[in-house]
Amino acid sequence: MHISPVLWQFLVKWLNASALFPREASTIAPYTDALYFFLLLITIVGLTLVGALVFGFAIRYRKERSPIATQVEGSTLLEATWTIIPLALFLICFVWGALLYFRIFNPPANAMNIYVVGKQWMWKAEHQGGQHEINSLHVPTGQPIQLTMISQDVFHSFSIPDFRVKREVIPGRYSTVWFEATTPGTYHIFCTQYCGTKHSGMIGEVTVLTPDDYKKWTEESTSGMSLAQNGERLFASMGCNSCHSGSATSRGPNLANVYGSKLKLANGSEVLVNEAFLRDTILNPSQHVPVGYAPIMPTYQGQISEEGLIDLVEFIKSLKTNYRVQQTLTTSESNQVTPQDTTGVVKP
Amino acid sequence: MSAATIVNLPDQKTAVIPKKNYINAEDGILSWLFTADHKRIAILYLISITFFFLVGGTFAGLIRLELLTPQPDLVASDTYNKLFTMHGIVMIFLFLVPSIPATLGNFLIPIMIGTRDLAFPKINLLSWYLYMFGAIFLSAAIVLGGVDTGWTFTTPLSTHYLNTHVVTAGLGVFIVGFSSIFTGLNFIVTIHRMRAPGMTWFRLPLFVWSNYAASVLMVLGTPVLAITLVLVVLERTIGIGVFDPTKGGDPLLFQHLFWFYSHPAVYIMILPGFGVISEVMSTFSRKRVFGYSAVAFSSVAIALFGFFVWAHHMFIMGVSNYSALVFSLLTMLVAVPSAIKVFNWSFTMQKGSITFETPMLYALAFIGLFTIGGLTGVFLGSLGMDIHLTETYFIVAHFHYVMVGGMLMAFLAGLHFWWPKLTGRMYPESISQLSAVTSFIGFNLTFMPQFMLGYLGMPRRYHSYPPEFQVLNVLSTAGATVLGFGFLMPVLYLLWSLKYGKIAGNNPWQATGLEWQIQSPPLTENFIEMPVMDHEAYDYEWLAHKTEQEVTTVG
Repeated sequence: MHISPVLWQFLVKWLNASALFPREASTIAPYTDALYFFLLLITIVGLTLVGALVFGFAIRYRKERSPIATQVEGSTLLEATWTIIPLALFLICFVWGALLYFRIFNPPANAMNIYVVGKQWMWKAEHQGGQHEINSLHVPTGQPIQLTMISQDVFHSFSIPDFRVKREVIPGRYSTVWFEATTPGTYHIFCTQYCGTKHSGMIGEVTVLTPDDYKKWTEESTSGMSLAQNGERLFASMGCNSCHSGSATSRGPNLANVYGSKLKLANGSEVLVNEAFLRDTILNPSQHVPVGYAPIMPTYQGQISEEGLIDLVEFIKSLKTNYRVQQTLTTSESNQVTPQDTTGVVKP
Repeated sequence: MSAATIVNLPDQKTAVIPKKNYINAEDGILSWLFTADHKRIAILYLISITFFFLVGGTFAGLIRLELLTPQPDLVASDTYNKLFTMHGIVMIFLFLVPSIPATLGNFLIPIMIGTRDLAFPKINLLSWYLYMFGAIFLSAAIVLGGVDTGWTFTTPLSTHYLNTHVVTAGLGVFIVGFSSIFTGLNFIVTIHRMRAPGMTWFRLPLFVWSNYAASVLMVLGTPVLAITLVLVVLERTIGIGVFDPTKGGDPLLFQHLFWFYSHPAVYIMILPGFGVISEVMSTFSRKRVFGYSAVAFSSVAIALFGFFVWAHHMFIMGVSNYSALVFSLLTMLVAVPSAIKVFNWSFTMQKGSITFETPMLYALAFIGLFTIGGLTGVFLGSLGMDIHLTETYFIVAHFHYVMVGGMLMAFLAGLHFWWPKLTGRMYPESISQLSAVTSFIGFNLTFMPQFMLGYLGMPRRYHSYPPEFQVLNVLSTAGATVLGFGFLMPVLYLLWSLKYGKIAGNNPWQATGLEWQIQSPPLTENFIEMPVMDHEAYDYEWLAHKTEQEVTTVG
């Protein structure tokens, strides 16, 4: 039979381009693959055993060779064997899987935080230094990266198969995942939770750079404003500073150094102030009134985008003194007194 | 295949179908639509679910055809999303859940326990009407333009972001749910209250045990699905805000409620299949089921544990790490009873006298495919592994191995096994064996590449995919074509056999169950005189003794 050389070339190329096993491009990948091969081994052994039993019995006890069946009740010893051995194997899988789970979902303390916002049908990445990306993510090798992710609309799921990491991106709630990339290159980002029409278009690329290239990239692609600086601007324009001015007489609590502290609430509970708490307090303030303050803060639900909330959270995290808050406040008050300068102020 | 068979047909020259039987007891379409006979209702169900199986199968075929190429070129994205949604909804709610219980279970359970009918014949008929009523809603949703939520109805996508017929489809599933609650209730009461004298719990055929376990799940689990769907509909229509985070709702709550039903639903689907396999393995090995009580209790254990593993669908959804630990551990425990069953079935063959008629071939295919399906489930139950594998084609392959490789093979095994009892005629043996082998090969070719795609990270429900995944997808589509032929053949030759099949006689398989001791097809009353059970289930010596003393009367 004669195959056209064009077709032959196409077939060879097509088969060569096909993937059979994902690349190992993060520090987690070898651990996941080790467990995978262990599970695969159990499967193959189990299948071989069952196959050998079924085929063996089917051949040995087929009617031609075994015209009369011998009735057997059962065997407690055998029942115990095939209860205990699978149970033991499954428990090994459980423990191994649990260890891996904690490794993947507990980030190291020195991880660099990048925010990811998912929406129908794109991924937006927000770097601390003010780099904004859509459907792409640049990260350096050799540096643990933590992604703090949230969805603006429906459930999404952020997956990088070559890193073996994945986490649901949930509306109204931060979820995190971390990885440390090992090999420069580009890798797929998939949304793996069905999210509507263009679900399969909600894909992107993570570009892993060497630390030097990464440094160059950050310098070239910054928007000039860090997340905290954006947040500071928003803090002033939303009028947050009029209550959270940091002075002893102000109506809102002092926000300097509040991040990471333990806060006593009016309902008697004590909470750790983290990103999720800060975000939720802006949206549902009446749920989180600190002790000693009146529940007067209005909700900002629907008024600030997820990106804006990230900026605000980053600003509050960075707030070590109230010096600049008060300065901004004085400036904006003097602006209102002198209506000639109307930039950024809407006339009533 | 070898000449050795156990088929024991009457002399075809003189044999006739019994003059009086449930099929010809009354004439006219109304006598079927208003029947209270469990056997006729089973036939109504069988026709309905076969129709919806073909509908769901067509959707599956279109999905595989689209995935032949990486580009989204056969249908539009919205259409593709509707196809996989409706494939899932139709196959799960209109085929898999009712498949064995409502057809074979309905037909056989009263006969197997030695009674005339189910405890509530009219509720049984009502359950079929509810099924059809719900099916009309679902068909309306399909015909009017489809629904694209995914079969999981995930909020807030289903409540706030889609303009398709979510409410219609949700109501359809809600109504169909009641049909399965009524079926389950009927089975539980019947098995408790109506067993023949001497039919103790441990003399029940294992088919009855496994349907009993599935019934408990139906009665306890389905109401939760009903509540969840009502909440989704209310959220969508009047915005009550139970799941909407902007109104203080919790989108994860939906996941908990939905999977609280939908995980046990997996066992609702597979448990009755286990029952079929026990019957078939025993009959074609001429041997009682190895470790009867272990097999019976493992069904109950699966039903029990099955209720406490739902959150293993949510390991990456931000549930607390410690609750993930508990659910992973329980998932490992639920895998054990399944392993016990597989080994018991294998050892049922030991020292038997085995023949390989079609039901046996399907049962052997079941054991192989279910073993793969079960063991790959351990991958997904193992927490760290689940992170990489969940929401990919690995999970698609896994549940198709269990649902199609397991449940559908069991259904076909059962359908061929009891076909002579249902209709009084045999199916054609050679072509049936060919279809069993074709399905087995086609199935593996379809879904084995999907395991590899899953490990590569190809997400499920993707309309288009990166080109390096194409080779495996082409293999999968090729397999689906073979599988399609494998499933189409039984539909055709079983219809053919209704008229041209050989006359089966009472007990063509020389099986021990009470259903095989009466005429085929049975009388409307099932038994001429009520049976008294004086032996264990699967007692082949009793059968041999009985046959010796009996003068063969056929016709």
